[in-house]
Amino acid sequence: MSATDTKRGRVPVLRSSAVLHAVMAVGGLIMVLFLIAHMYGNLKVFAGQEAFDGYSAYLRTILEPLLPYAGALWILRVILLISVGAHIWAAFVLWHRSRAATAGGGGWRYQTTQNRRGVQRSYASFTMRWGGVTIALFVVYHLLHLTGNVIHPGGASDSAYERMVNGFSIWWVVLSYVIALIALGFHLRHGIWSAFASLGANTSIAVRRRLNGLAYVVTFVIIVGFLVPPLSILIGWVGA
Amino acid sequence: MKITLRIWRQHHQDQPGAMEAYEVDEISPDMSFLEVLDLLNEDLTLNGGEPVAFDHDCREGICGMCSLVINGLAHGPEALTTTCQLYMRHFEDGQVIDVEPWRSTAFPVIRDLVVDRSALDRIIEAGGYVSAPTGAAADANAVTVPKKDADRAFDAAACIGCGACVAACPNGSASLFLGAKITHLGSLPQGQPERDERALAMVEQHDAEGFGGCTQIGECTAVCPAGIPLDMISQLNHDVLSGLKHQSGQ
Amino acid sequence: MNDYFTEGDPLQDTQDPGGPLKDRWDKRRFEAKLISPANRRKVSIIVIGTGLAGGSAAATLGEAGYNVKVFCYQDSARRAHSIAAQGGINAAKDYRNDGDSIHRLFYDTVKGGDYRSRESNVYRLAQVSAAIIDQAVAQGVPFAREYGGLLDTRSFGGVQVSRTFYARGQTGQQLLLGAYQALERQVGAGTVELNTRHEMLDLIVIDGKARGVVVRDMVTGEFETHLADAVVLASGGYGNVYYLSTNAMGCNVTASWRAHRKGAYFANPCYTQIHPTCIPVSGDHQSKLTLMSESLRNDGRIWVPVKAGDDRAPADIPEDERDYYLERVYPAFGNLVPRDVASRAAKKQCDEGRGVGPGGLGVYLDLTHAIKRLGRHVIEEKYGNLFDMYAKITDEDPYQAPMRIYPAIHYTMGGLWVDYDLQSSIPGLFVIGEANFSDHGANRLGASALMQGLADGYFVLPGTINDYLARNPLPADVDANHPAVVEAAEGVRERTERLLSINGSRSVDSFHKELGSIVWEYCGMERNAEGLSHAIEEIRRLRDEFWTDVKVTGVNEELNQSLERAGRVADFFGLAELMCIDALHREESCGAHFRSESQTEGGEALRQDEDFSYVAAWEFGGDGDEPVLHREHLEFENIKVQQRSYK
Repeated sequence: MSATDTKRGRVPVLRSSAVLHAVMAVGGLIMVLFLIAHMYGNLKVFAGQEAFDGYSAYLRTILEPLLPYAGALWILRVILLISVGAHIWAAFVLWHRSRAATAGGGGWRYQTTQNRRGVQRSYASFTMRWGGVTIALFVVYHLLHLTGNVIHPGGASDSAYERMVNGFSIWWVVLSYVIALIALGFHLRHGIWSAFASLGANTSIAVRRRLNGLAYVVTFVIIVGFLVPPLSILIGWVGA
Repeated sequence: MKITLRIWRQHHQDQPGAMEAYEVDEISPDMSFLEVLDLLNEDLTLNGGEPVAFDHDCREGICGMCSLVINGLAHGPEALTTTCQLYMRHFEDGQVIDVEPWRSTAFPVIRDLVVDRSALDRIIEAGGYVSAPTGAAADANAVTVPKKDADRAFDAAACIGCGACVAACPNGSASLFLGAKITHLGSLPQGQPERDERALAMVEQHDAEGFGGCTQIGECTAVCPAGIPLDMISQLNHDVLSGLKHQSGQ
Repeated sequence: MNDYFTEGDPLQDTQDPGGPLKDRWDKRRFEAKLISPANRRKVSIIVIGTGLAGGSAAATLGEAGYNVKVFCYQDSARRAHSIAAQGGINAAKDYRNDGDSIHRLFYDTVKGGDYRSRESNVYRLAQVSAAIIDQAVAQGVPFAREYGGLLDTRSFGGVQVSRTFYARGQTGQQLLLGAYQALERQVGAGTVELNTRHEMLDLIVIDGKARGVVVRDMVTGEFETHLADAVVLASGGYGNVYYLSTNAMGCNVTASWRAHRKGAYFANPCYTQIHPTCIPVSGDHQSKLTLMSESLRNDGRIWVPVKAGDDRAPADIPEDERDYYLERVYPAFGNLVPRDVASRAAKKQCDEGRGVGPGGLGVYLDLTHAIKRLGRHVIEEKYGNLFDMYAKITDEDPYQAPMRIYPAIHYTMGGLWVDYDLQSSIPGLFVIGEANFSDHGANRLGASALMQGLADGYFVLPGTINDYLARNPLPADVDANHPAVVEAAEGVRERTERLLSINGSRSVDSFHKELGSIVWEYCGMERNAEGLSHAIEEIRRLRDEFWTDVKVTGVNEELNQSLERAGRVADFFGLAELMCIDALHREESCGAHFRSESQTEGGEALRQDEDFSYVAAWEFGGDGDEPVLHREHLEFENIKVQQRSYK
């Protein structure tokens, strides 16, 4: 084996895995910010239909008349769309590279059936990819339901408040929502801390602990914040 | 002790391989894992078999040559331990132990348990050094180095280059190896002039060799015999991003 | 005198420039012919081995612009066994202002070598030592530092100044990585071609000059011939002739021995260093020995039970039934006597039946007194990693019970003979690092191996090899079809086929183990005429048996570790015989070489300067013929020769 005889052309650094992970991290963190804002909006449901629908309408009038109707919302939507697109694109490229690097076997590439779970990997960390796919499918369904008013379990309505109440009065709608939130929870638990790590913020063992703590707290707040409105609707606290 | 070893046998890089079982008797708990393979090979040699090929050299845990995945774990079940320093007292009488080579597309199997790790050398070749031609050095005490920086550099430089991180990584990434060298040289004043270029060049070579990316799972640090911590991968990410920033600023 | 060798002409180091000691290196470098930078690319150099010496030499010669080819048997240049050195590296920096100087390092080294090394070489080593530290720091070697940011040093191996630089207990690793990274930089720059998993199997000599090597690609089995203007051997020591040693499993003498057979003199092969504080053998299965830093002796007390065969647990043996034999016999130095003295004393206790542990081959190294006196945390801070290593290997807790130690082969001072230019008796063949004999005399000081390897590779060889290269270019008509090249390759092929065709009933390892036990028994810590003569006969018998009954599996055209080992063991036989002949002819005790016939009344090594103040350089006499002894007389003009005493 000569060290010089098989030298290969290098991959340009902008397409390197390290940079793609940074792209994923930035996209992911933007989505986390969005989730927090979205969760805050959801909680308006407790203030009644008027406040909720009013908030919904307000979002479309931010910075009017500087911007046209729904202009600011569309800017936010475009940023979000770019984040989602970049996040998913990077994820698939990296997924493909991992498979290529391990001859398709990933963490299960050894013949042995012993220690298949490795030593210290968390459930969250090695379900990032399929968890991400689950979340992506849910988001499509979710947009068709509550944003686009295309599918409308429990009855269609022009009022976002009514669509929400109608939908979450049905047990299986809530269940699908809860399953998606569990997937999201795992995704955030590992995603938030590893996003910071991918951006170079994990500088010591102490900092790693803090980043992991932050991931737990943010995940907990987001999941609880998203769970409270549909569960409240289901048990009849809201909208009845 | 009596142990059943199921070992990956593959005669040549281009031929398929398979697990084959061997019983090894009269094992002392004070034997190292490699000495059990010696015992098996002695037996195979005298009884018409082909001895198992495996890499090993110093047998004291520092050269980084030994490289076995034992029961699915790179370097076996003991933490901070290379295969050569793994003793049989950590196994039970009658146990079945699976022994496989490092598996990674970038580490092709040469024979049995021997793999080609020259990809790691090429990553160093791409930039894992300080350009300091012989004779050009200033007095060793001309530049002081804060003790904590020197200690951090040493912690990183302790990497033995065995490749266990790659073998354990579900993504087949060598980021821990890469991060250790980038942290070692990047922590010292002598490593600053080439810091950006080093990180970018090494990352490019890492990817060109076919290693995967890092998703911060941490399996690498669990098997690393030298105790390289995960934050050194983050240091690598940091240096790549700041390297790109400095490059675009020029 | 004995019947095993013939006497040849005396030998002289003709490259020693002479004159005042401190000016000699300058003088030699000035007198050496140079090659202009523009022409260096056309000049090729082969380097065998990538340890501290080979790695640093190849990197430096590559930087200078030569066309360098490097070979190592490991899968990476970074794995050479220099990596396992723990303690540190000496340098006459005098950063401590404690009276150190180039002259003092020179003096300590010559005295430590028991006046069996050359003044000129050792002085030069001390002169360049400081630049090694500068070089390593510039490369990013993370030496230990103090809180002020300056380099830390410690005292080592019983010297009175603090001149040892270190990187925790992994100094060899860090220095080797520095050299390896410099080497890889040159690989990237295209000045060095690195060939891993290649083993040198013969030297190509054309018209009396070394012009190339035959190597085997250990993956494909292909025999390759490589030609160059000069060849550098940096292939390490031969401690593995003992089978059990602290060397790596792959360390071997083949490169040196093949060169010896082609005409390179082998100097002082009987000078082998034994380290007193290794972890004892636990059973027949054992494949190698592990060293623990000597620093343990600073706080540890060494003892055995007074009564032979006492098998009580150490804690149950009362103080008055323990023999702290080093403190008893050497009250002035106690447990800190030099390596050779401590090793022999341990062997003596074990020979008399007072050894402890499996097979009675061990003595206690007891830190429990120190733990009581200083507290566990102090001992933990100082020696924690060593205690952990001991516990890992033996499964015993050294905080509770004393450790068991036993001496083990650790380093070989002997090696191929070289002149002041580090050139062997074959022109164009240079030998550096542990592979040569040059600087340590009959005994090496602690932390001096790293110094010598790097001095040779970074500074000495690159300052001398140019003289040869400028005067002796490779003739243009020499290529792979030259009869000497074809003959060398054919010889290697025939030998390999012979090994594979024997198909006997014993494994290579079983021969190696048996050879090792013969050499350890009769040419180990203590030697005498009767034992050595017996050993020579035994080695010859075993060699003959090897060539008729060894079993080497597989074929040449594959990765074949059985074949690799067979070739190495075959060469160890020749070396072992020469070691014993050398030890037999040197009827004095000096340094690590202890002849029981030559001792003081108190049982200490007794040198005989009148008769033996020379380097024994052995010329290969041919298979079955006696080796030829060439004596190089040693002059001491700058140091007063004294007898060592540690009482």
